[in-house]
Amino acid sequence: MTPTHDVVLVGGGGAGLRAAIAIAESNPRLSIAVVSKVYPMRSHTVSAEGGSAGAIAPDDSIDEHAYDTVSGGDWLSDQNAVEAFVKEGPEELLRLERWGCPWSREPDGRIAVRPFGGMKKKRTWFAADKTGFHMLHTLFQTSLKYTSVVRYDEWFVTKLLVDEGRVQGVVALEMATGKVEAITARAVIVCTGGCGKVFPFTTNANIKNGDGMALAYRAGVPLKDMEFVQYHPTGLPFTGILITEAARAEGGLLINKDGYRYLQDYDLGKPEPTPVLRTMELGPRDRLSQAFMKEVAKGRTVDTPYGPVVYLDLRHLGEKLIITKLPLVRELCLEYENLDPITELIPVRPVVHYMMGGIHTDINGATPLAGLYAAGEVACVSINGANRLGSNSLTELLVFGARAGLAAAEHASTQKDVGPAVAAQAKDEQRRLQDLLGKTGGRERIAVLREEMQKTMEESAGIYRAADSLSRGVAKLRELQERYRNVLIEDRSETFNTERTAALELSFMLDVAESMVNSALRREESRGAHQRTDFPARDDRRFLAHSLTRRGSDGSAQVDYLPVTITRWPPAERVYGR
Amino acid sequence: MADRITLQVARYRPDAGPEQTFQEYEIPCRKEWSVLDGLNYIKDHVDGTLAYRWSCRMGICGSCGMNVNGEPKLTCGTFLSHCGSGPVRIEPLRNFPIIRDLIVDISDFMRKLVSVKPWVIRAIEKPLSEGEYRQTPQQHDEYKQFSMCINCMICYSACPVYALDPHFIGPAAIALAQRYNLDSRDEGNAERMDVLSQHEGIWDCTFVGECTKVCPKNVDPAGAIQRYKLSAALDTMTSFFMPRGGR
Repeated sequence: MTPTHDVVLVGGGGAGLRAAIAIAESNPRLSIAVVSKVYPMRSHTVSAEGGSAGAIAPDDSIDEHAYDTVSGGDWLSDQNAVEAFVKEGPEELLRLERWGCPWSREPDGRIAVRPFGGMKKKRTWFAADKTGFHMLHTLFQTSLKYTSVVRYDEWFVTKLLVDEGRVQGVVALEMATGKVEAITARAVIVCTGGCGKVFPFTTNANIKNGDGMALAYRAGVPLKDMEFVQYHPTGLPFTGILITEAARAEGGLLINKDGYRYLQDYDLGKPEPTPVLRTMELGPRDRLSQAFMKEVAKGRTVDTPYGPVVYLDLRHLGEKLIITKLPLVRELCLEYENLDPITELIPVRPVVHYMMGGIHTDINGATPLAGLYAAGEVACVSINGANRLGSNSLTELLVFGARAGLAAAEHASTQKDVGPAVAAQAKDEQRRLQDLLGKTGGRERIAVLREEMQKTMEESAGIYRAADSLSRGVAKLRELQERYRNVLIEDRSETFNTERTAALELSFMLDVAESMVNSALRREESRGAHQRTDFPARDDRRFLAHSLTRRGSDGSAQVDYLPVTITRWPPAERVYGR
Repeated sequence: MADRITLQVARYRPDAGPEQTFQEYEIPCRKEWSVLDGLNYIKDHVDGTLAYRWSCRMGICGSCGMNVNGEPKLTCGTFLSHCGSGPVRIEPLRNFPIIRDLIVDISDFMRKLVSVKPWVIRAIEKPLSEGEYRQTPQQHDEYKQFSMCINCMICYSACPVYALDPHFIGPAAIALAQRYNLDSRDEGNAERMDVLSQHEGIWDCTFVGECTKVCPKNVDPAGAIQRYKLSAALDTMTSFFMPRGGR
């Protein structure tokens, strides 16, 4: 019998679990399914380090948080969404405190806040430098007390079921057995996170393949602002492991091969011995990553087998601070670079970290497709605009996870039962997945196609882009889509077949990658993380607008635009350090 | 170090036969490579049928625990350069049913985790408008190390008690129960004590401390178990502790 629920959540990370709890608390009669390709505590929220923003300090205000977010996003954020976000953020963070999140504290027991890039006040809540880990485990463990939440652990969602213009569930593959089933529902919330693995060098976990973005895209839902890819300025070479921005917030310095604090040359302010908010090392990520590229061009970086690097210097912070506030930074450096940041410099380079774009939603997480919702990195509300500020994403998944949960619960309560047509769709999908397993004559190795895609993305849609490289990227991805038809799958087993799921993930990534290069090619301006060498200026006349990419009937990407919502902060120059 | 190394990898596929076998792969050995990087090389370039779990490759998601040369390890944090000249024997974690190749079934732990009620329990909740519950850094330190558990299952794989008695609730679940018991915001100690007391396996833990030794995150589950035993003993001195006190 087909399992059926009121709401199905695809993904069990921070946003999905927050949504599940919101639904369970608002209406205990609703049956909730959390369908995730990994056990929820393995979700990538676990890797977030530095913190989660929410204005609570006496000298802070939600308006200042809103302004920092809007200017940080180069005015591409929807300001009504930002206003809701900054208002609800602190309550959400407090709610997590109620659920046991081990927030770092002041000596008197109050919540401590730290500075963060692009933020004018100290407002980043943190749990040492394992904030995402603690938030995820707190949410997961709290979710266990709600008996209305049913988990499908290690079930891989392959398709959204859509009929009569509304979502009616998903088709999912139980990885342990190979069983393919329809899981029907009156509402579906997609919370699968980002897609860093479309690039070769990323902080993202292996599971970040844009699954949810592609599921929605294939169901006819537009992807918004996909050209905006965040490079975090400080990743470890080779592995791409993130060294948190909190390292700079605590006083870490970025220096080039001459020991020079090069950020002073890029309109980010003057070098001071201690951190100054919205200045130098505490500038926004897009500007810092761009400054790195200019240092490379000037020959002032250090060459390594894994590309050019600069150094992050924490040595002057002292052992005590590093051990209490940045223990993970030290652990990662010791383990993966064989160096101790207490006494040595950390080599770093920009690394793909976060997608500002995602599934087009409104302020309640609703997509244009009835019954389909999205929240977290997979979604684009948009609060992040053209460049997300560090520590806004963890708060975002709480605020919009809760909002999407409540909206989906409301929607589910008013919908009729699932129609008969989805059974036929599910059968077709079962056949497709079966065919993939029995496929003969494949000759394209998954890893080869994946590496070519990743290389293409780096070359065409990296920190700096131009029409010619993007056009080559568009053509190359079309070619890879064709070659994917001949993908080689050697593994014929129904039992935990990770080769089949890797093929499905590759296919998701190719779709998402196409939406990125096409929207990047069409945006003939430079804004935030999208820098065009052939169009170096921001162009508010043509592009104060979100891109919406739809999948054409032939699989091609079709781009159009939607105006940005401006409420209180008219577009202006982005100013840091002056 | 040599520029090539041999991995002996345990293979098991229930639809291909009941036996576990070992397959040898000679792969390049680069100084930066973890054991996980070695497995990924095999999967990508040599044999797409090899099955294992991994995700974050930075020691925080807890997916990639395996037995490496007989020791339970996170493979993303275990380096080929530390494995001598090889061969490196890679097996699934012990004490769990094997699903396929290097993938084990952890659903037993997932049930046990729920049973210890790993969430904040309070009689009365103060409204959000009244702000946070104060918790000093010292109070935070009380439970901090137990909150570092990543559920990687390495302690279960090393635990001699769990090996003999699958009813034993196990190191990580007890550590997580203690994580909440010791949190100044929580009042659920008594409820969790009831749950833990029903699992007699705990009294078989002889404090060999294997769990603490192998934990990649420096959690001390053995300490949690001893602490729990002590408080359970004090709570139920007459009805529970005495008959078993001689063990």
